[in-house]
Amino acid sequence: MLGEKTKLSIRNFSVFFGEKQILYDVTLDIPENRVTAIIGPSGCGKSTLLRSINRMNDFYENLRVQGEILLDGKNVYGDSVDPVALRRRIGMVFQRPNPFPKSIFENVAYGLRVQGWKNRRAIQERVEESLKAAALWDEVKDRLHASALELSGGQQQRLCIARAIAVEPEILLMDEPASALDPIATARIEELIKKLRERYTIVLVTHNMQEAARVSDYTAFLLMGRLIEFGPTAQIFTNPRRKETEDYLTGRFG
Amino acid sequence: MEARQVKEKFWFFLCGLAMVVIGLALGVLVGFIAFKGGRVLSLEFLFSFPRHGMSEGGIFPAIVGTLYLVLGSILVSLPLGVFSAVYLVEYAPAHPVVRAIRSAIHCLAGVPSVVFGLFGLSVFVKLFGFGVSIVSGSLTLGIMSLPVVIASCEEALRSVPHAFREASLALGADRWTTVRRVVLPAAFPGILTGLILAVGRVAGETAPIMFTAATFYARGLPRSPFDRVLALPYHIYGLMTEGTRPEKQIPLAYGTALVLLILVLLVNFSAILLRRRFRMVRKW
Repeated sequence: MLGEKTKLSIRNFSVFFGEKQILYDVTLDIPENRVTAIIGPSGCGKSTLLRSINRMNDFYENLRVQGEILLDGKNVYGDSVDPVALRRRIGMVFQRPNPFPKSIFENVAYGLRVQGWKNRRAIQERVEESLKAAALWDEVKDRLHASALELSGGQQQRLCIARAIAVEPEILLMDEPASALDPIATARIEELIKKLRERYTIVLVTHNMQEAARVSDYTAFLLMGRLIEFGPTAQIFTNPRRKETEDYLTGRFG
Repeated sequence: MEARQVKEKFWFFLCGLAMVVIGLALGVLVGFIAFKGGRVLSLEFLFSFPRHGMSEGGIFPAIVGTLYLVLGSILVSLPLGVFSAVYLVEYAPAHPVVRAIRSAIHCLAGVPSVVFGLFGLSVFVKLFGFGVSIVSGSLTLGIMSLPVVIASCEEALRSVPHAFREASLALGADRWTTVRRVVLPAAFPGILTGLILAVGRVAGETAPIMFTAATFYARGLPRSPFDRVLALPYHIYGLMTEGTRPEKQIPLAYGTALVLLILVLLVNFSAILLRRRFRMVRKW
């Protein structure tokens, strides 16, 4: 993309599940400190693409990938790459809020503890910073040791965002983070995404086109495992170059 | 009345009848033991040693012995059971060999307990040279309860939502860290319940300890894990089959049976309470 620094470069990337091909030769440059939305109808492979970036697909036994995903120029599927270390650089927020059945504090501290943080003060400070960054601090500061499961769905999702950014990843992958939430909670998450862009490269999968239009800088349109079109969000939505994109955006299918 | 309604009433009645029969059977069993055993039950019975060739005195060493055996069997079955369940659920690849091992473990649950007793005799008592002792009995009971412990652990692990594992892995935790910090704590109540139910069964088993741990008579309480012990179920068996004063021994056998029954009911009841408690706490 012109004038942007590429953070993630997806090169001729294909994914097979057993005999079935899910992604076909996807090539896409994701710019740094921008929100890139991946849109498309259900089953188009957008979640698979997202989960390939932090190698969460490694856990499926029948799954095979081809091509490269370069993070700062280095293939995340390279032989010398440790997927566990990779995931510390690439945070993820899931479709359904999935806080651990632990306290609010312990949820945010989890990634730090996993990385071997021991200093209590340092952990406390980072937890507070992360909760503030996720716009949740004011709502939970008096009950940090209450169970995270007592929070509302929207609060839980913001907690999951706080948990993901506590370990200061470079990239934040978000898999339909607002799809299980009500409109008010959704609005808060979207606001948050716009703010987080200053510090993180964000890749946002969504089947909600308005959401992509509202929060993203760039949009990629995926259809049946193929990348149909990729460009600045404003251009994709106002002046799509491909007919399939226009059909999808105008609600002719999907 | 229409035929359909008659049919409805008939089957409803039949199911209710089955229920009543079960309830009666249970009530009679417990009532009978309580009635017969209650007559000898006293603090003195609970806390004194058998005297005069088991025809007088109490069952204190048998209670202690059963507790030792139960604790010992937990030491064996808990770590082995939890680790193998973790392997089966969290690590094992979907491979025919793994599937065969899994079915083999579940089949072990159907092996008669006396067979475990013979196995314990030949392996722990003789081959390993532990003798007839708490150690041999605990190992035998522990291995006997493994299938149940593994099955309940597996179930507990599987009931932990996959989303928790994903969240942990995505934060850069490896699989073992995920198991230790997220999955096991979440599965803990289920594991504990399964373990307690296994304990209830272990406490009442006679055959596995018959050749491996139990004795009819001991001078004092066991002093080392390599001593033999009295145990409640085996003591009942002894009271009914050995000795020369059946008219005095049989009431004592009922008393012992009542104590064992109360013990097992207490254990199972605590499992139910625990499960209820944790079910209220967890919300996923």
